[in-house]
Amino acid sequence: MNLEPVIQNLVFGLFVGGLYGIAAVGLSLVFGVQKVLNVAHGSLIMLGGYATFWLFTWYGIDPFLSILLTGPLLFAFGMALYLGMFQFITRLGEEERIKNSLLISFGLTLVLENVAIRLWTADERAVTTSYAGDGITIEGIAFPYTRVASLIVAAIGVFVLHTFLTRTFAGKAIRATSEDWEAASLMGINVQRTYVVAFALGTAMAGMAGALVSVSYLVAPSIGLAWTLKALVVVVLAGMGSILGAFAAGILLGLVEALSIYVVGASYREVVGLLLFVLVLLVRPQGLFGRH
Amino acid sequence: MRAARRLAKGEAYQRLTSLLKPAVIAVIVVVALLVPQFTDRRDTLNLLFLVYLYVTMAQSWNILAGYAGQINLGHAAFFGVGAWTTRGLWTDEDVPFMVAFLMGGLVAMAFAIVFGIITFRLRGVYFAIGTLALAEAMRLTVANLLPNIEALPGPTIARYELEPRYYLALGLALFAAATVLLLPRLRISLGVLAVREDEAAAEASGVNPLLHKLFALALSSFFAGLAGGTFAFYHVSYYPSFTFSSVWTFDAVLATFIGGIGTVAGPIVGGVFFIFVRERLAVSLVEVHQIIFGTLFILVVLILPGGLVEAWSRLRRLATRVIR
Repeated sequence: MNLEPVIQNLVFGLFVGGLYGIAAVGLSLVFGVQKVLNVAHGSLIMLGGYATFWLFTWYGIDPFLSILLTGPLLFAFGMALYLGMFQFITRLGEEERIKNSLLISFGLTLVLENVAIRLWTADERAVTTSYAGDGITIEGIAFPYTRVASLIVAAIGVFVLHTFLTRTFAGKAIRATSEDWEAASLMGINVQRTYVVAFALGTAMAGMAGALVSVSYLVAPSIGLAWTLKALVVVVLAGMGSILGAFAAGILLGLVEALSIYVVGASYREVVGLLLFVLVLLVRPQGLFGRH
Repeated sequence: MRAARRLAKGEAYQRLTSLLKPAVIAVIVVVALLVPQFTDRRDTLNLLFLVYLYVTMAQSWNILAGYAGQINLGHAAFFGVGAWTTRGLWTDEDVPFMVAFLMGGLVAMAFAIVFGIITFRLRGVYFAIGTLALAEAMRLTVANLLPNIEALPGPTIARYELEPRYYLALGLALFAAATVLLLPRLRISLGVLAVREDEAAAEASGVNPLLHKLFALALSSFFAGLAGGTFAFYHVSYYPSFTFSSVWTFDAVLATFIGGIGTVAGPIVGGVFFIFVRERLAVSLVEVHQIIFGTLFILVVLILPGGLVEAWSRLRRLATRVIR
């Protein structure tokens, strides 16, 4: 058996997995910190993709550079969303809060998707850079520049987020709040402000994921649900709230999907991910990397 | 004396209002039954067909969500299984339609019981996302296995009439509403409600949560399967994967919540509201109805958990207070 196509396939699985990972970390952060399950996360990724697309089309800004703009843009949007919607449910008990956050973010998905159709039509858009087709080939395995750059940028993004959460005061405040918000507030941490920052950070990560998605995939208003499902699968695989775990689980899912085409065929690739998800939920609800 | 008179007046008023409700329902049902006798307009009948289909879907979703407290986001799978069974038996196997229709509901129910035994191991929000993932997996599988459009055979199209479709959908919506109305009289319903309120406490007092949830799911999926069969009877051609699309779940969720979850009237009001607003706006602004429903849905969850039904009863209470 010729191994070359298999390795090529795995390499692409790795690239795709990096995207799954970056798509999931924002969702994981928000759920871990404030027990808000934001199923509009995929739609926020969609918005990030559109921001990148328009910056590229109107001003010719490189999609990787535009993260420096889409990130803050989505951060601000996340703050507005939290203050306008999600803050009203953070006073509920944990179970009610998760359920209601699922419901209102489902409503938000509908609104965002259809506002996007209204503003930008339902057409599929693609960001095609001048170096889109280029890449290097090592031992017959192709490494397209855009894919390699996406993986590196995603890894840097996750690393920066992880460093922020573990090394800075604000990051430690977020982690303390996620462990026990009452104790954190007794220690003088402003819990509501921490929630705002954490939610906005999660949204900014969605913006970053959207920028990377737009380079390799088509962007359309309807992509939200598919990316939300992918992110959910990854988050459940990793265990809710684990940032580095989410990135690792994303790569794992990418590799598993890539390998699964040899077992069930390419058209069932998506099904494998979803069934894996249900299986992990049933067998190990705390996720592969979760603690409790 | 004055107090007694006021009391008598209050009693008479109460007797009147208690008669008013059944009377209004009877009038609406009679009017709905007579519509095809007065009009041949296909657009009116098509619109009302959609209303009945949506009311049934909302009502069926509400059985599990409103009474057993389980947010099932895989409801579309039961609709799809029902449509697939009914259409297959009816057009490919030449089974009489009513038999195929009933089988659609029963097969959807059997499927749901297997589905439930797996997914009810999940609690709360995990159940919601687990069912969503399973239903999506089903939709993708169906899209792979049955990629071709499903069309009625020529002779059936030649005999196609709208009126029987209208009455089937109306009958189903009434059947679903009547079932939910009578449901609280069953002993098992108390157990279902107990599971909704507090699963651990219900279990401690001898109620088997799994069995009660399965009962609600079976009933819920039976009506969803029948709704799927109605769809398969009505539509000349469609892609099989469309009947498994999450749209069927999400629209039922929206209609139920906007109308009022956990009530009999809620899904009816929600379904009627949903279709009328959608069709009204669809002419000029295709996407706007989803923005409105999305916003309304968020507002209902945040501010008015009882939906339109509660808004109405609040308004009425306010009005009576002002009048007296």
